[in-house]
Amino acid sequence: MSEFLQFLISGLTNGAIYALIALGFTIIYNTTEVINFAQGEFVMLGAMFMATFWGKLNWPLPLAFLAAVGLTAMVGILVERLAIYPARHADTITLIIITIGVSILLKGLAMFLWGKDSLPVPPFLGQEPFHLLSITLVPQSILVLATSILAVIGLETFFKRSIYGKAMRACSTNPLAARLIGIRVEPLVLFSFALSSGLSALAGAVIAPITFATYDMGTILGLKGFAAAVLGGLNSSTGAVVGGFILGILESLAAGFISSAYKDAVAFVLLLLMLFLRPQGLLGLKEIKKL
Amino acid sequence: MKYHYCGLLALASTVLFLGLFHHNDYHFNVFNIVGLQALVVLGLALLMGYAGQVSLGHAAFYGLGAYTSGILTTKFGWPPLAALWAAQVITLITALLIGLPSLRLKGHYLAMATLGFGVIVHVLFKEMIGLTGGPSGLVGIPPFSILGYQFLTSRAYFFLIWGVFLLALALCLHLAHSPFGRALLAIHDSEAATSSLGYNISHLKLEVFLFSASLAGLAGSLYAHFAMFISPTTFTFLYSVKFVTMVVIGGVASLWGALAGAIVLSILPEILTVFEDYDVVVFGLILVLTMIFVPQGLVRGLSKLFTHLRRSVLS
Repeated sequence: MSEFLQFLISGLTNGAIYALIALGFTIIYNTTEVINFAQGEFVMLGAMFMATFWGKLNWPLPLAFLAAVGLTAMVGILVERLAIYPARHADTITLIIITIGVSILLKGLAMFLWGKDSLPVPPFLGQEPFHLLSITLVPQSILVLATSILAVIGLETFFKRSIYGKAMRACSTNPLAARLIGIRVEPLVLFSFALSSGLSALAGAVIAPITFATYDMGTILGLKGFAAAVLGGLNSSTGAVVGGFILGILESLAAGFISSAYKDAVAFVLLLLMLFLRPQGLLGLKEIKKL
Repeated sequence: MKYHYCGLLALASTVLFLGLFHHNDYHFNVFNIVGLQALVVLGLALLMGYAGQVSLGHAAFYGLGAYTSGILTTKFGWPPLAALWAAQVITLITALLIGLPSLRLKGHYLAMATLGFGVIVHVLFKEMIGLTGGPSGLVGIPPFSILGYQFLTSRAYFFLIWGVFLLALALCLHLAHSPFGRALLAIHDSEAATSSLGYNISHLKLEVFLFSASLAGLAGSLYAHFAMFISPTTFTFLYSVKFVTMVVIGGVASLWGALAGAIVLSILPEILTVFEDYDVVVFGLILVLTMIFVPQGLVRGLSKLFTHLRRSVLS
């Protein structure tokens, strides 16, 4: 039982990270219909900036955190302006390939700036593990969970209550109709890139003390976040969160009870099962058409 | 078609000329890899340009061909040709399992499914150590042989690989100009209109997908015998992306462009070695800039630029 709880906790920690990344995918998908394969690189950037500001330069934690998230959001804005906006009239598949190119480019630049070695990031609250019930916990993993839950709640409130959040939802339901009632779609797209890259950077910044920061950490995290987004339904932000947590827990249980060697395959087996059985995802809206 | 036959003839004579009069083993090795990649890209171009679907897992089909051939010949002592046919059967069955459910739907479900499939296959190559040799790879794959003739030199493989490529290109050109190819192009333009003419769209798409997976598997089988050593690091998501990039750079709806894309992207890393590890930055930059400024591909993009320049000079 304690073994099960231990796996559950580590699954929840990873799941929180996948949920944040999956949210990033859905935010951009909802405003542009683009699947942004550079999402994982934003996570990597968040972790890297954290390693520099907090690990190396010893800035105060809140400042380092804000700088990491803010700078990555600016990178997200630059990506939209320089790579997506000029090609906005191209078909979706062209845009998706552009994001893959951006991902390769960002990874290369990170290798250039930070080198190939893993950079250590000190934990935010000290390293002493503590015991609760019969399981061992690291303070950082509690922090990961708390931060993600706060971010998710904040985001949901933003989407449901604020006028900008409502405009974004309108835009995702029907861009043309949104334009007709006077919503300017273009700044919303820009904002969705900033929001999505900022969220991913947040995920990277809180997970960095556990995983360390490496220039190529983004690819697999991004792909798993994508699997989580499809699992929950690409157009549903609640679905993204649910999908992220389900993926994290199943992955951790599979690694613990079946085989840790095949851990990385779990996400993609789920992805395939979902595409074949319920392509719109667990909570996605039905927009699937049969040929 | 007449114009295409001239092209095929020109390519065949270039291959013959190089094969007979060129003497540099290193160059032959590079040509062979270009040929194998061109074979994969050819099928992918047919899928992307004609059926309008993307596969992000073609490196996995390439790997499936390579590993099936490699395992059957080294661990079970099968003759290479029999192993190649077995690899074709396995590749086709896998492609059918992926394609059947995802091509029923409208949208880019094939791209997502093949992406997931590619990562799973990579993990299997790495972890099924008893069969695949794990991360350190599968060694000692025997040379390819047909009817007692063994292919031992890079030059012999050059003739084999480019011979196969020429046949495949001729076949693809015929397919593209057959009623089948025209139906595919029609799908690309309007699915509703094509199905109103009585075509079964998901069937047509599935057939192209199976064909392109089979070409990738074939290239993989040949690669295993040519390289004599295969390891999981070759067959990654990034390699699948590289195949897609080759199609895109060559110009999506052009089979000759597929060849051009494979050549450009295979030679490019050799030139980019001056940038050492940072060649990926340049690679990414080229991909993004091509898609933004010349989404119809470098070949057509450059010729368009050329006519544009000539017109502006003349006027």
